[in-house]
Amino acid sequence: MLIACPYCGPRDLSEFTYQGDANRTRPNPMSNDQSAWNAYVYERVNPAGDHREFWQHSGGCRAHLAVIRSTLTHEIKSVAFAREAAK
Amino acid sequence: MALYLRWPAGVIYTVPQSQRFIRAGTRMAEYSFLSLLRNALSGNEDWKPAWRKPDPRPTYDVIVIGGGGHGLSTAYYLAKEHGITNVAVLEKGYLGSGNVGRNTTIVRSNYLLPENIRFYEHSMKLWENLSHDLNYNVMFSQRGVLNLAHTPAQMDEHARRGNAMRHEGGDAVLLGREEVARMVPGLDMSASARFPVLGGLLQPRAGTARHDAVAWGYARGADRRGVDILENCEVTGFLREGERVVGVTTTRGEIRAKKVAVAVAGSTGRVMKLAGIDNLPIESHVLQAFVSESLKPLINQVVTFGGGHLYVSQSDKGGLVFGGDLDGYNTYAQRGNLPLVEEVMSELLAMFPNLARVRLLRSWGGVMDMSMDGSPIITPGPLPGMFLNCGWCYGGFKATPASGWCFAHTIARGEAHPLNAAFTLDRFSRGILIDEKGQGATPKWH
Amino acid sequence: MSPRRAHNGGRIDRSTTLRFTFDGTAMTGHAGDTLASALLANGISVVGRSFKYHRPRGVFSAGIEEPNALVTVIKGKLREPNIPATQVELYDGLAVESQNRFPSLSLDIGAANGLAGNLFAAGFYYKTFMGPVAGPLKGTRFWMLCEHFIRRAAGLGRAGHEPDTDRYEKMYGFCDLLVVGSGPAGLTAARRAAAEGKRVFLAEQEPEFGGTLRWKSAAIDGRPAADWVAATLAELRALPNVTLLPRTTVWGYYDDNALGALDRVADHKAHAAIGEPRQRHWTIRAKDVVLATGAFERPIVFPGNDRPGIMLAAAAARYAAEYGVLPGERIAVFANNDSAYESALALKDAGAEIAAIIDVRAGVSVAARELAREAGGELLLGYAVTSTSGARRLREIEVQAFADGKVKEGATRAFAVDCLAVSGGWSPAIHLASQAGHAPQWDEALQAFLPPAPTQSWTGAGAFTGAFSTSAALGDDLAVNEPEIEYEPAPVFEIRPTAKKTGKAFVDLQHDVTASDIRLAHREGFQSVEHLKRYTTLGMATDQGKSSNVPGLAIMAAARGLPILEVGTTRFRPPFSAVSLGALAADRHAHFKPERLTPMHDWHVARGARMYAAGLWYRPMIYGTGGETVEQAYVREAKAVRASVGIVDVSTLGKIAVQGPDAAEFLDRVYTNMFSTLPVDKARYGLMLREEGIAFDDGTTWRLGEHDFLMTTTTANAGKVMQHLEYYLDCVWPDLRVHVTSVTDEWAGAAVAGPNARHVLEACVEGTGVDHDALPFMGIVRGEIAGAPVMICRLSFSGELAYEVYCGAGHGQHVWDALMNAGQAFDIVPYGLEALGTLRIEKGHVTGAEIDGRTSPRDLYLDWMLSKKKPYIGSAMVDREGLVASDRVRLVGVIALDDRPLQGGAHIVERLGEEPRGSIGHITGFCFSPALGKYIALALVKGGKARHGQRAFVSDPVRNRYGPVEIVSHHFFDPEGSRMHG
Repeated sequence: MLIACPYCGPRDLSEFTYQGDANRTRPNPMSNDQSAWNAYVYERVNPAGDHREFWQHSGGCRAHLAVIRSTLTHEIKSVAFAREAAK
Repeated sequence: MALYLRWPAGVIYTVPQSQRFIRAGTRMAEYSFLSLLRNALSGNEDWKPAWRKPDPRPTYDVIVIGGGGHGLSTAYYLAKEHGITNVAVLEKGYLGSGNVGRNTTIVRSNYLLPENIRFYEHSMKLWENLSHDLNYNVMFSQRGVLNLAHTPAQMDEHARRGNAMRHEGGDAVLLGREEVARMVPGLDMSASARFPVLGGLLQPRAGTARHDAVAWGYARGADRRGVDILENCEVTGFLREGERVVGVTTTRGEIRAKKVAVAVAGSTGRVMKLAGIDNLPIESHVLQAFVSESLKPLINQVVTFGGGHLYVSQSDKGGLVFGGDLDGYNTYAQRGNLPLVEEVMSELLAMFPNLARVRLLRSWGGVMDMSMDGSPIITPGPLPGMFLNCGWCYGGFKATPASGWCFAHTIARGEAHPLNAAFTLDRFSRGILIDEKGQGATPKWH
Repeated sequence: MSPRRAHNGGRIDRSTTLRFTFDGTAMTGHAGDTLASALLANGISVVGRSFKYHRPRGVFSAGIEEPNALVTVIKGKLREPNIPATQVELYDGLAVESQNRFPSLSLDIGAANGLAGNLFAAGFYYKTFMGPVAGPLKGTRFWMLCEHFIRRAAGLGRAGHEPDTDRYEKMYGFCDLLVVGSGPAGLTAARRAAAEGKRVFLAEQEPEFGGTLRWKSAAIDGRPAADWVAATLAELRALPNVTLLPRTTVWGYYDDNALGALDRVADHKAHAAIGEPRQRHWTIRAKDVVLATGAFERPIVFPGNDRPGIMLAAAAARYAAEYGVLPGERIAVFANNDSAYESALALKDAGAEIAAIIDVRAGVSVAARELAREAGGELLLGYAVTSTSGARRLREIEVQAFADGKVKEGATRAFAVDCLAVSGGWSPAIHLASQAGHAPQWDEALQAFLPPAPTQSWTGAGAFTGAFSTSAALGDDLAVNEPEIEYEPAPVFEIRPTAKKTGKAFVDLQHDVTASDIRLAHREGFQSVEHLKRYTTLGMATDQGKSSNVPGLAIMAAARGLPILEVGTTRFRPPFSAVSLGALAADRHAHFKPERLTPMHDWHVARGARMYAAGLWYRPMIYGTGGETVEQAYVREAKAVRASVGIVDVSTLGKIAVQGPDAAEFLDRVYTNMFSTLPVDKARYGLMLREEGIAFDDGTTWRLGEHDFLMTTTTANAGKVMQHLEYYLDCVWPDLRVHVTSVTDEWAGAAVAGPNARHVLEACVEGTGVDHDALPFMGIVRGEIAGAPVMICRLSFSGELAYEVYCGAGHGQHVWDALMNAGQAFDIVPYGLEALGTLRIEKGHVTGAEIDGRTSPRDLYLDWMLSKKKPYIGSAMVDREGLVASDRVRLVGVIALDDRPLQGGAHIVERLGEEPRGSIGHITGFCFSPALGKYIALALVKGGKARHGQRAFVSDPVRNRYGPVEIVSHHFFDPEGSRMHG
């Protein structure tokens, strides 16, 4: 796989660390809604198809990237900085 | 009544009593050396199919979705242990096309946590009699699984796990450096080794089995008891009456059942979405496996590396069968990538520097249903009329007998057996985790 | 009669004679020979033994698809098994052994298996060896007894136990176009792209470029094809944008056009040149790929088709044309397509006699007839080979009339021949395409699977696409003079004679899979292609079914009564051909994990430290002084700390700079306890949880400025904590203005501990006071030691008055020396991890053995650190029922009542019985406590505090250690902390 880091350009898979499902929203920290926390921590959509996920360019600029990638073909559809995507 | 033959000299050969339970009309020839001999003389023209290829019936007592190891063993034990034979196993491709034919064939019960030890010990006991039980040689070879230790802290961790096994009635032996060196020639025992071997934890009863034979043996065993195995029968949807699941739609038509059980490992997410369950504590990841060209006997145990994540054994055919970590990203594609290939080879050679000239023959990928604590789920639900078996991570193959045995019990009785009582779906929300590796909800680390 | 060197011809260098040995027998060959051609030239017909029946086998092909002629290449003590003789380039001094035979190639006791052929049919192993249900061989024992012998009979070559001393290296290549294969199509594609200025890689698995043009008779632009190849290569070599990679097999096609390729740099030499690796592994990133991988000829299956002397027709022709070797004196050709007629002529031209051309077709093209006439010999159209004879080499074949796909009843004719050249049509080499494409497409005309639609960026060229002629491969620009033959074969894959008693008809030669095995698999229901493969092992040998795959599928399709199209094919998986593990690991294998050393590492080693691997780091375990045991050493070191002063290297602790206006807020969220209230120049102990409420890591964090913190982590978790912080800043709280930087390697650290620690500092620190007022507990000061700037924090892991002294990593040794000097007056003692562990166990401090990823803060009695004033990572889930259950294991102290050592990993039980049962927990760390004079330990035990004062037992069956213990508080020593506050 080749991930196009917005800072560093296209880089090999070996430079990145997978940081998991990016579809989840962390509940309000003050919330004690256990089902919301359970969903955030343990539940995954795990789609067979396009998946929004985080990758860290750990062997490069160390930025986390929000990537949309197909779990069927590994084709990468989009890459953005996680920080900007999260805002 | 058992038939006793003397073959070879001094060895009493018997036809297993399990044959008694076979339904009339479905009986097929017992496999034995004698039947082989008889058929060889008649040019092998009289062998019958190992299992029938029936058409789906409109209704069954139980539908098991997934014709892999777990689905087939579930059907087998439903018939054998609970007398439920009006069962269909639905397989979207060919039987055993998933992980039962893609794993590295290791069978062991060397777990740390009591819930896992008890479950896998039960599996081990079933393995030990499986060839007889199925009248099918699954080539279970109890050659031992040796986990190497490279630091004193790792020796202590191995001791903790070995002791945990021993306190649950399992077998574990802690070996010192010299014993390991004698047992496994070729290991890097040099003074300059990057990962010096201090010793290891051996489970003598653990070993390997012929993976495809397990699928075929269970399929034949279930079929002989009347179970319909429906290949090329992909589930396309669930039939519901209100909340309740009452059957499935498939590429071979609609099939109804009192109970619908799902045992589809890496495809769990896909299948459960058809039932409207969009979220589960499961991620699908690819695990690559590798086999070298055939060699004369070189490694006589299953050996695992403590300086990384690697396991290797040698098949009876002579190929070194090995694997390492997951590629580490969600995927349903049965293919991995090069960085992991290189990592696995590096680890193998760090352990066995004599293998550099051995050549890789084939590699492949299997899709693992990684759970959030590294332990499985065998439970009624999550919908009425439905039963779920998933979350096998790396552990699926060795679990095959116990998984089917426990799942069959759960389906037949409507509630878990004590052996799988801990493997619930709600353990995550309740915080009653079975976190074997202590890595938390990061599936790629389990 | 036997194969021999032709009197002339071939592209070998007859002026150079090379010596080699085969099973110890000295032989010679010429430069340009492969081992296979040299063996044939030496009259060797039996080269190896088959896998199952141990049948004698000869050279079958001239390429990578070779199923039979596998050898072990010997270099000194190193053995390289299972190498096809067709892939070994001859060099002077080459030594090889044949395989899978005992005691020798000519006399092999394993051949007895062949006598019971029908018994060993597909599925044999699954149907027997279950053994008795009772007695000494019950359970798995009988099978394991049999397995012992089966394993020895199976397997091919023998690998050695000697570590490989050769070097392997790794390269990355980047190009616009990677051309795989250098036949006419590959050369043309490379030439075109190079002319457009593209950066081109041309990979060829053989030593020479040119593919079939090196042995085919075609003329290009009026000159011999070989001349055109030479001219094209000269052109490419001169271009700076072209990289030529001979002896390089592209074996794997991975995502986003990343291809793996094995470059056999020095395998063709006795010794690699200085600086040269044996092999080099390439990861090639190509914008586009042209697959010009050609096609494999496949055999026809007929009884007795495995005798030495029976080989693929094009291979026989290649031996003649390229190597000047005649695979036989008197040769018959057996075909279902025209290409074999070209091969026949090439053999005749090299000096062989063509006895007959046997073709299953009733009629053939004009071109084929013309070729047959030139080649000589009888042309038998509508005939098939139905049996063969000859013990160690082919002696005679029998043919019978053949029509409508069947052998006709009637008379047979015999031909005395010593070689049979067979052609059953051609299969494009679509393996890489299959790795990077959809399902392959069956072509009815070519009777072959054509490349699938791509899923990655590649195109195909030449024979790979099913265009088998040279002119098609070259395109329209060049005039090619070649016979206009028809490559479309008759759809005949197997000859089934009418006679009852015939020999075995092999489909997979190496694995001894016969046509009747395939029919048996069909009969037993193993009909899908994957079941066929797995049940019979068809195509799973080292040649991966390159020539047997299609005939096998065709036989199954016939049995099922389906067209091959509907039966389909298995997916080809990487590697395309075998790759050495050494090349894939390259030189990394001992170093795939780097070693990390602290600035004071050499000093420790020089002082006799026994080093201990802690993750990637090495730390002193004990400092050995003559004759001490480990226990004596750490007890001496720990005593010295409690009595006067000791010093320990703490450089390995993870250190993370947390900086920015929201740094304090961030730490409040990350740690369970409060950091925003921490004054500047003070440090605080902090605990981190995972979201699940499980303890994750601990350490002290120092506030160096309003917006500037230095976080320390455990050595083991430094990387994980860093990634954890980065994740939350990037993905969860992007609004926080915080930057984190790993500074672990920037700082060297030494902890000075003991009642005299302050005196040591007083003796060497300049620029700041270190007395209690200037440097209270958890205070931070900056100063200098021996001219080097230092930062000192007064904190204690040992429970003594203690300071951590940090300086730039480059000054580490210098400052350490100064501290040692200053400590001399107080008999300062360097101490290692064992003493550090002893001191912390006496104090009941937790480390990674207790924070093992499963324990909650309550389990460790750290709930006092859970702030009620603010949320933090883990706060929402830390109170779940499973985490507050009464049966959880919790931290306690343990004292051995029998004055014998305890060990980590030992379990605790309430009572000892016959069998170890009823574990209530385990020991996480132990030591002999000099302070208590007893063997003590920390343990995680069910019930925790409630068991204080209770008697229990240590149960350590794997080390056979049992004995009474008392469960006590984990604060063994100075629970009030009076010493460290003093």
